[in-house]
Parts: sequence; structure tokens; C-alpha cells
Amino acid sequence: MASSDIPSPRARGEGQGEGQIPPTQTSAENRTAKFMLRYVLKRLVFAIPTLFAVSIIAFIIIQLPPGDYLTTLMADWASQGGAVEAGTVAAMRERYGLDQALYFQYYKWMWGILTQGDFGISFELGKPVTELIWNRLGFSLLLSVLTLCFVWAIAIPIGILSAVRQYSISDYFATFLAFFFLAVPDLLMALSAMYIMSTWFGQSVGGLFSPDYVDADWSFGKLIDFAGHVWLPVVVIGLGSLAALVRIMRANLLDELSKPYVTTARAKGMSEFELLIRYPVRLALNPLISTLGWILPAVISGEIIVSVVMSLPTTGPLLLRALLAQDMYLAGSLILLISVLTIIGTLISDILLALTDPRIRFQ
Amino acid sequence: MSNILSPLGDTILKVENLKTYFPTRTGIFRAVDGVSFELKRGKTLCVVGESGSGKSVTARSILQIVDSPGRIEEGSIELTRADGSVTDLAKLDPRGKDIRSVRGKEIAMIFQEPMSSLSPVHRIGTQIGEALRIHFGTPKKEQRERVLELLRQVEIPRPETAIDRYTFEFSGGMRQRVMIAMALACNPQVLIADEPTTALDVTTQAEILDLIKKLQQSHGMAVLFITHDMGVVAEIADEVLVMYRGKVMERGPVEQIFHGPQDDYTRRLIGSVVKLEKKAEVRLARPEIPAAMPPLLDVKNLSLTFASGLKAVDDVSLVVRPGETLGIVGESGSGKTTMGRCLLRIYDPQAGAMSYRRPDGSTVDLRTADKSVLKDVRREVRMIFQDPVGSLSPRKTVGQIIAEPLKLAGMKGREVEDRVAELMRQVGLDPLWRERYPHSFSGGQRQRVGIARAIAVKPRLIIADEATSALDVSLRSQMLDLMMSLQDQLGLSYVFISHDMSVIRYICDRVAVMYRGKIVETGETDQVVHNPQHDYTRALLSAIPHPDPRDRRIHKRFRYDPTSTLPSTVSANG
Repeated sequence: MASSDIPSPRARGEGQGEGQIPPTQTSAENRTAKFMLRYVLKRLVFAIPTLFAVSIIAFIIIQLPPGDYLTTLMADWASQGGAVEAGTVAAMRERYGLDQALYFQYYKWMWGILTQGDFGISFELGKPVTELIWNRLGFSLLLSVLTLCFVWAIAIPIGILSAVRQYSISDYFATFLAFFFLAVPDLLMALSAMYIMSTWFGQSVGGLFSPDYVDADWSFGKLIDFAGHVWLPVVVIGLGSLAALVRIMRANLLDELSKPYVTTARAKGMSEFELLIRYPVRLALNPLISTLGWILPAVISGEIIVSVVMSLPTTGPLLLRALLAQDMYLAGSLILLISVLTIIGTLISDILLALTDPRIRFQ
Repeated sequence: MSNILSPLGDTILKVENLKTYFPTRTGIFRAVDGVSFELKRGKTLCVVGESGSGKSVTARSILQIVDSPGRIEEGSIELTRADGSVTDLAKLDPRGKDIRSVRGKEIAMIFQEPMSSLSPVHRIGTQIGEALRIHFGTPKKEQRERVLELLRQVEIPRPETAIDRYTFEFSGGMRQRVMIAMALACNPQVLIADEPTTALDVTTQAEILDLIKKLQQSHGMAVLFITHDMGVVAEIADEVLVMYRGKVMERGPVEQIFHGPQDDYTRRLIGSVVKLEKKAEVRLARPEIPAAMPPLLDVKNLSLTFASGLKAVDDVSLVVRPGETLGIVGESGSGKTTMGRCLLRIYDPQAGAMSYRRPDGSTVDLRTADKSVLKDVRREVRMIFQDPVGSLSPRKTVGQIIAEPLKLAGMKGREVEDRVAELMRQVGLDPLWRERYPHSFSGGQRQRVGIARAIAVKPRLIIADEATSALDVSLRSQMLDLMMSLQDQLGLSYVFISHDMSVIRYICDRVAVMYRGKIVETGETDQVVHNPQHDYTRALLSAIPHPDPRDRRIHKRFRYDPTSTLPSTVSANG
């Protein structure tokens, strides 16, 4: 016990399990930083086996359909009336390493990724996978993050409104809209949004840039053009996941609103609005943060269909094409990277949660 | 502390004919129905009543923080402000600025559950300092100074460290101190305390009551203290208001309420408390159980250490004789519940022996018994739980709940029906109610269902874990009487686990006092109560509020300092 402490004689005498404060000399900030570091390290260590498992599953999934890239290729040639000699196929199979055992193919693939960042070669496009995907992955990530921000910015206020005015007209209206957008398929929403924007407002739709800017270097003009294009897919993808978040926010907040600490804060003389934001909303956000882990993959998979329809230069259309062509390394790498993003998303949500909720940090 | 003395009279708050109603689908619920009282400077008014009597709603009405849809229908709440003006709080808009300037500043409130009444994600310093910011716009640095001062006033050890901690890092008593510090932040004239010690152990309760008294004297506050515990009332009240179903049954000085009650309800309330002050009459008349009889259950050196390293049960030995009631008393965290669960092997103790005597005279060691033996034994040893709501399935009718152990024992059809009806009569429930679900029963009735279920398969030993703690005091003695009459009829033995010494004294033949996993004292109940040998038992007994205002004694209680007797097991400073 520190000598600087001056516990009153009364407080010392009570000893019946009271006053369980561990002696710490560090300041509060220091303590938080220490706990956070330990927590983040622990999470990172847990992420490693998960990543490994995901890579195996990604590899298995792309091997599941019967045949390989060459069978697809031959089927293509055959349908065009060309004949293929058996020798050619065997030679190609050897060249691509497709005649080797599965575990060896997996080992070679992973070894390349881990040692040289080499994800293999796309059979169909004849280019290294890295070259094909980095650019698109960037756009995918950007689109996902923008979508998340959009959904949260809309869902949180609506959720709060629905909870505070439970069973009011605005609650029913917001709930109805959220479920309506949940029910409309992405595909239909994308098509109708494009139709409305191009016929009624004469806007150029599809893609993330106008034709003039697609191959141009980044400039202020390009950024404006990007902003003018990106909002439509963001809204289309975002509205689909709006309902879930609105309902989660509403349910969380309804739980929190009836908690005794709300009454305590009210009894202090706090205004209703400040009270709402400082206490129940603050606590209701915590479970919402943990949804980040599953909202991110939902956004990414929702993006595939929308991206195909709106011809966005993201990973979605590329993945679809690679899967159809059984372009093993390309598809595998995409699935792997998307899974990694998901794991990172979960990690970020865990860290955020620990930052906002001391109960997680200190227990 | 500037405005302690006001030029006006002593009355700070005057409540007149207050009516607070809750509109419901089936009509209007009159939670508070014409309540009047006055709060005087430096005095304590205790509002007492059983659950549902409207005492909490009365307190909340003063600050206009009644949960929706409740609202004040009628009456006035006149607050004399520091400047001498009088404001009728009942007329103010519950969301308006005027009432907010009263809340926390002139009238502060503390609540029952210190855990859930404080936010778990804000530092306690922030939560305490908030009232200062709201009412005086105190800058951060000054706020911190004042909060540290408050923490010192409520005697929280190491305020400099404690100020940046979170509620879950404190024990219940410390949390309640934080609540009190928060309430005192703006030097209020009136302190409303809504069952502030109900969730605490008796020794902690005594500390908190002392603290409130001390602060009241130094601040000159008027205190409105809500409680259901007549012992607490006798210890601290100047005046008492007895409430029943939203109405005031009686109001007067504490002396008059306890020694010359006018109203029938008050008399009954006092009676049921005083009844629990001594051993039950049926037990006094009963011949003693011979100590030489072979014990039903003989526990020797039982120990259970949890994975966390906590020694919950530490070398415990005890004996239960046929037909007797053994009490296990202790405060929260003493390991008494864990101990009870070990007896049923809900937990697996790592060391010791529990030899249980079967009806045929053979003994089995329950600690090492295998599944099939345990299955048989669990028919003979049953449990009654504390929470009469949580321990009954809401999806089953009461008949189904009671029939459950019978069906498990292989009973079928008509026989089950008859036995259920018989059991319900035995515990004082109408067999016609068997088709009803638990939620349509009151707390006391639900506990009767729990008892009926426990005695269904003719057990020999019942472990009752805080079986009466959730019940109002008038129901408590009824339940204990029922348990004793069943004991005589069926030749049951009880292990009665409780934190409440009065309940133990009423029903138990012998008692074991538990403290931090160890049994510190065992003996005949009378001997332990009147002539305790261990210091901890003395401290525990002296912290129990005594329901007689002429004999206030918890402030002179004996304090147990474990450091002097158990230096190796208990660290200094808790």
C-alpha cells in the first residue's frame, strides 16, 4: 500500500469486502493505454489462426466445382467447333501446375503470397493477379467504407427517433421505409436508380467516373467526378443494410432508456436532449459497433451484384468472372483478400468497442 | 455550505394531497393517492411500506421523474427555496428548465441499485462532477477539486485514484458512497434516499446509514428516506409515514409509530417485524433433537476453489441431524450459496467428504458419488431458491411445475393429479389454480409453488437458499411458519441459507456463521445470537438494525477488523 494514501480510520476498519481498489500508481490514461495494448496484441494473435483457416477454406472452395480452368477452356473451344488434342491439354496442365497434388498447389500458392506477395497468375487474363486486383480492391474498400459511413449516418438518427418516439407515426414510417429497402433486391434497386437518374435527371450513370476521366490521373476534377458518381452505388448498397441497423439501434436504445442510470442523470437536472445523447445513446452505440464485423462482409457481398449492374471497377465483377471461368488463382486470391478485410473489420470493431466500453477493457 | 440557515421556518418541503396516477389499459392505477407530509430541516422522514405501496413513486413525484405513463394528477409540492420564495413543483413542466434547476441542486436523490443507477461507461469523477457543470458551469479543474473533496467526505479510500475509475471496479457499498457523493455535489437542501441500503449487506448498510446521518448533521439537510425495513426506520427516523396501496395509513413521530401505533396496518407491520425478533413459538415448545442421533448429513473439511483462484468454500465442516434446521448465515461473498450448491453437487468440491445417510441406514459420500447414486439422492435432497420469479418456468402452468419431479420419479396420470392437488393444499394454495401460470401469482404464492415442488417427492433434506429474502416482511413469517409446519408433518431437515439473522433466529435450531469461505462459528442458535464467540459474529449481530427507536444501537456497533485475526488470508485495506 502506498504511503501517500491517507485512508480514514473508518474506511480502513470496514474491510467487509469493501474498497476493493487495487493500488496503482499510474495515471488513468496510462492504465487505459496499457490495457489497450495488451488487448490489441491478444486480438492480433487470435487473428492469425483465423487467417490461416480462411486461406484453406478459400482454396477448398475454389477447388469444389468439378474440373479446372482447362476443362472450362476446352468446353469453350469445343463449343466454338475447335478440336483439342489430348497432348496439348496435358502439356498445359503441367505448365500451370494443375497436375500436382492439391496440398502442394496450396502450399505453392501460400508460399508465393507470404514470401514475395505473389498471388499467382490469372489463367484467363494471362496477367499476375496482383496487377489485376490492387486497383479494384482499393475501390471496393473505398466503396465499402463510404457505404458504412452513409448507413451509420442515416441509421443512428432514425434509430434514435424511432426509440424515443416509440409507436409514433415517425417510428412506423421509418420502420416501414427501412424494411421496404430491405425487401427490394439490390439488383432491382440498382436498375431503377440508374433508370431514374439517367432518364429524369440526365446524369451519367454506371461506373465510378465519366468516360473522360476513367484513364486520367487523379486531379481535383477527377475527384469531383468521382463524388458525382459514387453516391448512387453507395445509396443503393447502403439502403439494403439500413433496416438491420435501424432496428438494432432502436432495440438497443429502448433497452437503455428504461435503465435506472437514466433516472439518476435526470435527477441531476440534466436536460432531456443532453441526457439522451450522453447516457442511453452512448451505451446503445456499443452493440452497434460490434455489428461492424458482420456489416462489412454484408456490404462487400452486396456490392458484387450492384457493381456488375452498375459496371463499377471493383472486385465484385472480377470475382464473378473468375469464378465462372474457374480462374483458380484469381478467384482464390479475391476470396482470400475479402476474407482478410472482414477479419480486419472485426478486429477494428473489437478495438473500437474496447475503446468505448471500459467493461471490455478492464475485464 | 452557505444556505444552511434560512430566515423562514423549519419546513423545507410541504407535500399536500399528492396524487400520482398511471393510466393503464384496464383503468387508472392510483400509485399515490392523496399523500401529504412535511420535510423539516435537519430531520429525517422515513416512508415505509411493502412493495407496491407507492413509496418510490411518491419520492419520484417530488422531482417529477416518475416513469411514463405516470403523472401527477393533483396536489401540491411546495419547496421553500434558499431565497425564501416558495415554488410548487407539481405545477412545473416535467421537461422544463424550472424543475431541472431544482433537481440535483436543491433536491438530490439516491437510488436503490448503486450498480445500475450509475453509468458503467463513464468515470465516477465525471458522473459526480456533472451536476456542478449543469448547475454552476464549474470549470473542469475546479470540478475535479470539488469531486475529490466529496469523495473524501463519503470516505472513499484513495480519492485521487478512485476518481478515474468505473463503477464496476467498486464494491456495492463503495458504489453507494459514489451515489451519495453525487447527490451532495451541489449542497442540496433535501436528500431523497430511495431504499439506498436494500441491496447491501448489514454491515455495509450500517456504514451507509452512519454516513448519511453524519452528512445530514454537517449539511443540515432534510432527508426523505424510503425503506421497507422497520429496523432501519427505528434506527434513523425522526418521523414516519406508513404507506399502503398509495395511501398514508399513519403518520407521526417514530416513537409513536413503534410504541403506540393507531392504525391496524401499522400494528400488523410492526407485529410481523417484532415476531421475527425471537425464536418461533412452535420451536420453543419442541423437544430438543438429541445430539447423539446419527447425523443425516455429515460434511467434513469440504473445500472448493474456483478456476479464478477464489477459495469459495474453505475447509468447511458441518452436521445436519434428522428433523433439525441448520442455518448458514453470512454476507454476500461469504460462500454460503456456493456451499449450499456443493451439497447438491451443482458444484464439485475438490476436497473433503459429505457423507449422507440413506433411508436404509447406509451412508454415501456425495462428493465422490457417481451419477446414478446422485440421481437417487437428488430425490431425497431438494432445493428452494431465492428468486420466486426466475426459478419457475413462465411457460408451464403451476400444476405442471409441481408435477415435474413426480413425473421424473415415474408417477403417472391420475395419481399425479391427485398428488399435485394434495401438495397445493399442503402449502396453502387452492388446487383450482393449477391451470394458471406463475406470472398470475404474487411473490409469496410463487414461493409456495417452489416449496410444493420441493416437497413433491417426499424429500428428507431441503436446502433453502435465501428462500424468504425476496418477500415482504409480513409474508416472510408466514412462509417460515409454513416451512416449520411442513417440517413437523414430513420429518424434514432444512439447511437454511440466509443473510438475514432475524430469519435464522426465528426458524433455525443451530446456526453456522460463514465468512470468506470459512465457518467461523457454529452452535445452538440461542447461544450464537446471545453469546457470540467470534468477533465477526459479534460485528454481524451488532450491525442489524433493531426495530425499537428507544434502543438505537447500530451507531455503537462492534466493528470487525479481519486484519487482527486473519492476517494471512486477508490483505490490509480490503
